[in-house]
Order: sequence, then structure tokens, then C-alpha cells
Amino acid sequence: MEGQLFGGAGQVQARRRFNVIFAGVCLLATVFGILFLLVLLREVLAEGAGWLSLDFLTRFPSRFPAQAGIKSALFGTLWVIGLTALMAFPVGVGAAIFLEEYAPRHWITDLIQANISNLAGVPSIVYGLLGLALFVRTFGLGRSVIAGALTMALLILPIIIIASQEALRAVPTSIREAAYAVGASRWQVIGEHVLPYAMPGILTGAILAVSRAMGEASPMITIGALTFIAYTPQGPLDGFTVLPIQIFNWASRPQPAFQNLAAAGIIVLLVVLLAMNTAAILLRAYYRGKVKW
Amino acid sequence: MQRPELLDRSAVRSDLWPQRESLIRQRGLFDAEIGIRALLFACALVSVLTTAGIVSVLLFETFTFFEHVSIVEFFTSDKWTPLFEPKNFGILPLVVGTLLVAVCAMLVALPLGLGSAIYLSEYAPVRVREVAKPALEVLAGIPTVVYGYFAISFVTPTLQKIIPSTEVFNAASAAIVVGVMIIPMVSSLSEDAMAAVPTSLREGAYALGATKFEVSTRVVVPAALSGILASFVLAISRAIGETMAVSMAAGGTPKLTLNIFESIQTMTAYIVQVSLGDAPHGTIEFQTIFAVGMTLFVITFALNILSQYVMRRFREVYQ
Repeated sequence: MEGQLFGGAGQVQARRRFNVIFAGVCLLATVFGILFLLVLLREVLAEGAGWLSLDFLTRFPSRFPAQAGIKSALFGTLWVIGLTALMAFPVGVGAAIFLEEYAPRHWITDLIQANISNLAGVPSIVYGLLGLALFVRTFGLGRSVIAGALTMALLILPIIIIASQEALRAVPTSIREAAYAVGASRWQVIGEHVLPYAMPGILTGAILAVSRAMGEASPMITIGALTFIAYTPQGPLDGFTVLPIQIFNWASRPQPAFQNLAAAGIIVLLVVLLAMNTAAILLRAYYRGKVKW
Repeated sequence: MQRPELLDRSAVRSDLWPQRESLIRQRGLFDAEIGIRALLFACALVSVLTTAGIVSVLLFETFTFFEHVSIVEFFTSDKWTPLFEPKNFGILPLVVGTLLVAVCAMLVALPLGLGSAIYLSEYAPVRVREVAKPALEVLAGIPTVVYGYFAISFVTPTLQKIIPSTEVFNAASAAIVVGVMIIPMVSSLSEDAMAAVPTSLREGAYALGATKFEVSTRVVVPAALSGILASFVLAISRAIGETMAVSMAAGGTPKLTLNIFESIQTMTAYIVQVSLGDAPHGTIEFQTIFAVGMTLFVITFALNILSQYVMRRFREVYQ
């Protein structure tokens, strides 16, 4: 190898040139992804922006594209995602606290941990099958908001747990030790010192997990969420549809006008997602300002 | 980490707490601590129950399915027509369709993802990196129905202009959008692995006169290989489980073909098709989605385990 590891001295020019070409290729690879994103957004805006209006948000779906709206999907999404967050957040954070702060070094702990990382890799449609067999059929909840929310909660649980664990792990040990030193019990240490410190990280992870759920259509289709409903859910046992399903439904129709409706629906969905991500960033900043150590 | 056991029962000694009231309060606190611990353990148990639920539901329905359909037919027949007569239950066309999309998606995601990772980790100025990295991550946050819509409304018409024989629903269009969807997975996991390579290794190579290209491809990438390979395997697993974009773009024709410009059907797209069609509970059509789901689960589970194994087995530890 000696002396010839990177080619001879006479090839310096060629090697430098090759380096520049390689840098260009890698830059192109990066730019391609970003360009794809821009073309996608441009296409959606061009097709859908003209169809956006207040009426679009407040009308129910219709066979006539000009009269169609996404009210039922919007309300369905709010119902399902709201309940999902209510269920998944406490359980996910609780599990993370147990694993990070309480769990003894034990094979059961290792098993739970390995199990969580595997669950995060299970395709979302498989959760749909679980929800269909368990919540819809066995528990007899039917194709209801609550069955959808339970399915979604299980789907995002591993994401919330992993994000919360990372946030808890980032809390300096010295904070725990200081609290123990003045006589705090374990839960006092966690509840009054560790959790507030980890909260920005936990909340960011949770909001990202919830926005993931908001964009998921396949588990909801599998549990049998309806594709066409002209009412808003009044309670957790009502039938529902969600934004991604409504978009899927419109996009699957051949008529061009429905494609425009799908694009308009996508704009609404993306705006909601953008708002949630902004909220995550703001919450983080707020907590950062408030909690000082 | 060693944590002090402050609430050990023996630690609550009455001579240290002369006032009775205080002692009672302390005992109450102790019970609350036990309760909280149990509650948090129950939360952690939910994830184990989820796995148990998935496995038992899939196994139960799949066994019922195999009471009616021979397992040999399921794995060897090359026709999948469970929804109309004559019924055939060979999962091969669905598996081939799924792998066709996943492999082609990897042909898109692998070079682009690895290229982006090398650029962001080795070449990019800090300012470019700060913009480009989150911009790429946005690709992962866009819902898959949006990719499906984009495949139908933009990618397929573009493909049809280039290759006129392209069908309205085709595997290529689905593979392209799925490939782009998983770029961030490849690029950020690979980049994390590259960032973990010690700077001293790079400096050593530079000191020998290596160019950036040589440092990247002969020092950094080999050193980060475990993480890079693990990201590839995870990305394939993700592509196999992808549902909405392939249902919308690749069509619903289970076909044993390697022609990516034809309509095919993936395992996930089949499950969606049956779910939309509202097959009654207990029928053979209803059970097929669990048999297909089981196959899907086993494949992705094996890949996830493989990725964890690769990560451990090929990890280079530098100190």
C-alpha cells in the first residue's frame, strides 16, 4: 500500500478534478430531493389553490365537485387525532419514564426496549389489521372514532416513547442528584425536576408523532373508516372519515375536477401539519425561556 | 446509573421523624411511590401487549385462513384471484409486485440518499447544511397520500411522455415517489453514522495527501458502514410496508411481472382494496388480508432485525 494509497503524484491533477466532479454529483443528489419537494408543492398549489375557499372548509363532500367540501374530514381528523393524543401522550411518556428512571437492569426491561424499537418499524397498515380485529370486531366498537383513535394511539406510541426517552436521557444527572440530596422522593425528583427539564423534547416528539398520525390513511382505511360521509361525528362512537382518506378518495377518481379537490384537500392538510410543526418549535422556545437551570 | 433508594422502608425510622404526623405523611408518600411505579410499568407494558396483540390477531386469522386454503398453494401458486371465480390463492404475484416496487425505490433512494449524506457530512458548508438538512427531512414528513397524488398527477404523465407504453397505473411511478419518500431515512441515518466517525481519522488521511473524495469513500464511508447498511435495510423495510402511494399509483392488478411500466399490485395495496370493498367478517376474502398482512409483517420484521444485527455486527468502535 505504501506510497500508492491514493495514486501517484503525477495523478494529482486528475484526482483533484475527480474530487470536484464527485462533490458535484453529491450536491446534485441533495438538490434532487429538495427540487422534488418544490415541484411537488408547486404542482399541488397550481392544481388546488383555485379551489380553496371558506365554502370548501364548511361544506360536506358531494358528487358534484363544485359543491364539495371537506367539513366531515376536517372534523373527523380533529376527533380522531384529539383522542389519539389524549391516549398516546400520557401512556407514552409514562412508559418512557418507567424505562429511563425506574426500570432495573433486567431482561424484561431489555425485552420491552427491543420490542419498542421493533414496533416502530411495523408497517402502519398492520396496525390497521390489529385495530380491525381487536377494536372494531372483538371490542365491538364498530367503525367509530374511538376505534380509529385507539389504533392510531398504538401506532404512534413507540414514536412518543422513543422521543421521550431521548429527552429524559438528556437531563443532566446532577439535577437528579441535587434533588435527591435535599430529600426528594423518586417521584418528586421526576415530577418536579426531571420532567419539566425534559418537557420541550417530549412535546416536540409528541407533536411530530401526532402529525405523523394525521397524515396516515392506511390504518384508517383498514379499520373501515368511511370514504364518503356527509355529517360530522357527534361522539366517539360515530362513524368518521379523515383528511387523508378524503384526499385519497378524490385523487382516485378519474375526473379532473376531483383531482383539483384532492389538491385543495392536500393544501389544507399540509397547512395543518405546518401549523403543528410551528407549534412544536414555539412550545420548545417557550419552555426553554421559562425553565432555567 | 446508581440511584439512592431514599424510600427504602428501613430508611423511614421513627426516631428520625419524631412527629407522628410527619411519619404518616412519609408512609403515604411511600405508598404513592409504589403506586406510581406500578402505573408507569403498566404504561410500558402497553407496548408489549401491542406486539402480542398484533402477533396473536395475525396468527389466529391466518390459521383460520389455512383451514380453507392449502399452505402449499399459498406459497407456490402464481395466481392471486381471491375476489372472483375461479379463486386462486398464490401470494407470489403480490410479493413480487411488492419487491419490484421496493427494489426500484431503493435504486432511487440509495444513490440519492447516500450522495446527500456524503455531501451534507463531508462537503457542505455549515450554512448550506443548516438549510438543506431540514429541507430534506420535510420529505419524510409529507403524508404518503400526497406522494400518491403527486405520482398520479405528475410522475405518471411525465413517464408517459418519455415512454409512451407506460400504463396509467404502473410500478415505476410508485417506485419513484416511494424512493424519494425514503431518501431522508437513508440520508439522515447514514449521515449520523458518518458524523460519528472521529475527525482524527479524516485528518490522518488528509495528512497523507488524500483528496476529499478519497477521504469520503475510503475512510469515512467504510468506517460508517454499519450505520449506512442498517439505514439501507430499514429503508427497504419501509418501502415494503408503504401503502397509500403504491395503492394509488401502482394499481390493483396482481401480476407476476418484472415490467415496471405495467400495473401491478403490492401486498399493502391488496389489503387496502379489500378494506375498501367491505368484505364481510368471517369470509375467505376477509381472512386473506390477514394472511397477506402476516406475510408483510414477517418480511418487515425480519428486515428490522437484520438491520439491528448489521448495526451491531459491523460496528467499528473508535476511541
